[in-house]
Amino acid sequence: MTRRQRRLVLIGAALGVLGLAVALVLSALKGSIVFFNSPTDVAEKQIPAGTRFRLGGLVKDGSLIRGENLLVRFEVTDGKSTIAVAYQGLLPDLFREGQGVVAEGAIDPSGTFKADSVLAKHDETYMPKEVADALKKQGHWKDGDNNAPKGRAQP
Amino acid sequence: MIAELGHYALVLALVLAVVQACVPLIGARRNDPVLMGVAGPTAVAQFGFVALAFGALVACYLRSDFSVVNVFENSHSLKPLIYKITGVWGNHEGSMLLWLLILSLFGALVAAFGGNLPARLKANVLAVQSAIAVAFGLFILLTSNPFLRIAQAPLEGRDLNPLLQDPGLVIHPPLLYVGYVGLSISFSFAIAALIDGRIDAAWARWVRPWTLLAWIFLTLGIAMGSYWAYYTLGWGGWWFWDPVENASLMPWIAATALLHSAVVMEKRNALKIWTILLAILAFSLSLIGTFLVRSGVLTSVHAFATDPTRGVFILAILVLFIGGALALFAWRAPLLKQGGLFAPLSREGALVLNNLFLMSACATVFVGTLYPLALEALTGEKISVGAPFFNATFGPLFVPLLLVLPFGPLMAWKRGDLPGVAQRLTGAAAIALTGAAVIFAVEAGGPILVPFAFALALFVMAGAVTDLIERTGLLRMPLRTALARAAGLPRSAWGTAFAHFGLGVMLLGIVGETQWSVERIAEIKPGQTMTIRRYELQFDGVTNRQGPNYQEVIGHFTVRRPGETLGVLEPSKRTFTSRGTVRTEAALMTRGFSQLYLSLGDTSSDGSFGVRLYYKPLVLLIWLGALVMVVGGALSLSDRRLRVGAPVPAKGKAAMQPAE
Repeated sequence: MTRRQRRLVLIGAALGVLGLAVALVLSALKGSIVFFNSPTDVAEKQIPAGTRFRLGGLVKDGSLIRGENLLVRFEVTDGKSTIAVAYQGLLPDLFREGQGVVAEGAIDPSGTFKADSVLAKHDETYMPKEVADALKKQGHWKDGDNNAPKGRAQP
Repeated sequence: MIAELGHYALVLALVLAVVQACVPLIGARRNDPVLMGVAGPTAVAQFGFVALAFGALVACYLRSDFSVVNVFENSHSLKPLIYKITGVWGNHEGSMLLWLLILSLFGALVAAFGGNLPARLKANVLAVQSAIAVAFGLFILLTSNPFLRIAQAPLEGRDLNPLLQDPGLVIHPPLLYVGYVGLSISFSFAIAALIDGRIDAAWARWVRPWTLLAWIFLTLGIAMGSYWAYYTLGWGGWWFWDPVENASLMPWIAATALLHSAVVMEKRNALKIWTILLAILAFSLSLIGTFLVRSGVLTSVHAFATDPTRGVFILAILVLFIGGALALFAWRAPLLKQGGLFAPLSREGALVLNNLFLMSACATVFVGTLYPLALEALTGEKISVGAPFFNATFGPLFVPLLLVLPFGPLMAWKRGDLPGVAQRLTGAAAIALTGAAVIFAVEAGGPILVPFAFALALFVMAGAVTDLIERTGLLRMPLRTALARAAGLPRSAWGTAFAHFGLGVMLLGIVGETQWSVERIAEIKPGQTMTIRRYELQFDGVTNRQGPNYQEVIGHFTVRRPGETLGVLEPSKRTFTSRGTVRTEAALMTRGFSQLYLSLGDTSSDGSFGVRLYYKPLVLLIWLGALVMVVGGALSLSDRRLRVGAPVPAKGKAAMQPAE
């Protein structure tokens, strides 16, 4: 093989692998990203049942109901709209009424958001960034420090 | 007084860094040995003053001097001694000081052990290294001074975030930082070579041990962080594809690629420009990682506080160094002479393939990590890119890499013999296929990927062993000859085999954990039992305990298997009084390479506890694999070839090499 041919093989291999990577990234970006919505977004966008997204807001005071078999129900609000959430499993350490929460899942046909994972704050000063922004939009947020560890829960 | 002393030492270190960044560079331009000689002593002195500043901060923590803002915000007089010390780097200011400390430590190490470096290269390297120190020294002094005082000292501190009060944090950040910052040396070497416009195989030989050292620590740091997340976050995950984790994974991948391409450069004098670019990219990714973690654009355990000026400052450092390095690269790289021809099917070819796949995988992680940030900045739309994305991109790129991995070390340099290598790997392939068949038979109906991934792991492991057998001639020659040959084998060959074997071990652990893990979530009252696989857990009740700065509720569970009692699991929930926060402490029981994992959830009004119980088969192999890789790195680092230094290039070659 001449030097030129060798170089062509190298460049060909490089382009091939890069092309593969680009194709993988594009197809994955189509299928596996999750959007973040506040309860108001959900009401406005008319998100169809079954579409996965992240719901963020405050856990409404007095809305937490613990059922059988670790089933919990609570409501997430941004001050303007409210959505009922159902989750089965253990809640993160610092899940509290009146505090910020991010839940991932989808709306079921009855209109309840069925969460399969719940992220809550893990520190008294923490507010998930998305939640803080959503609340700011609705005018329910006082500026302050909002960064600290996050906790997660998965069923 | 101590705080002021630390502050003063830091300012002095900055001044020395400025001197070190300028004078040797001028010396190298003028070929003035005196000016170039300034670099060594200033590097050591700079490290001394940064160490003094760091020591001063540690002293403030030890004395619980709450008149220092940083101590007040992150410490508590009742905190155990070890966490008073680790609290130093459990916050933004302190961790940046640790960053600077390690940066100057590496500079001092080059000054101390770089005796066999050509004077100009050494001067340039230390000057570039010091330029980075100037940037970060300024960053600390202007935006994140850890020595600020409060006018009226409070009586008690606010305590360290409970999540960070853990043995894992004692070593995780320093390990990771040595890795991150250690890559600065490869970067400095690359820039120095570009400034000089000269690079040869000896350069690769000097760079490789430094990269290897950084790589070893980075591997340890990432593995440690992963294990920490596994046992503290309470739901048994060991990798979340969290942007912060990705920030450490990207430099790791780039460093791995750099190690491999530096081999080609050292042995065959080829891939020079690519190696230089990788050295720049590896440290650039470290800097990007620092930016992501420290600027507050991400919310995570690692983002201690947000302050826009810090983000902008780090961004400026980022642009200056990455942009400057790449511009210099574009300008000077064409001057470097290409050398070393090789056929596509050869050891070099295999290493190029390795680099291609590694850097493509790195690029997908980069896209997945930064795309959400870019999208939010441009459109305001918030998305999260999680595990599904990375599984669909990173995974498929790693499969071919792992498939060809065993071929690489068996290929000859320059022109490899693929059929011959394939023949030598038949044994390894047979082992892998047998393993796959067994899994397929046992797990009939399960996902087809599982036996395949299992086979891949076995193939990588058996391939590493094959490499050693071939090199020692174990099966072809009498045992004594083979042993003698094994003793004579370069340590770097052992290192390669260990590192590759470790990768296979890790893959095995990943397959076991992700595919065969069993989970039980239940509400349980004292006296009740729950079962998982063949294990039965009986809940004996809870007790309360008073820790040094927390109160603890401990659950007691007896673990049994039919016919025998195996021990107890005691998960707990700690409530930290000063912050009012709760932290779950999972309990682990190791059975072979597998673990039982139990964590406590909420208490119900009727006295029952929510618990989460996992059986995680082979999970320990994930971290053991990383440790084996580290052993491989250490073996390779101890290779004599890397210690004795590079041969002096023949006369005449030392002159600037013209472009082709």
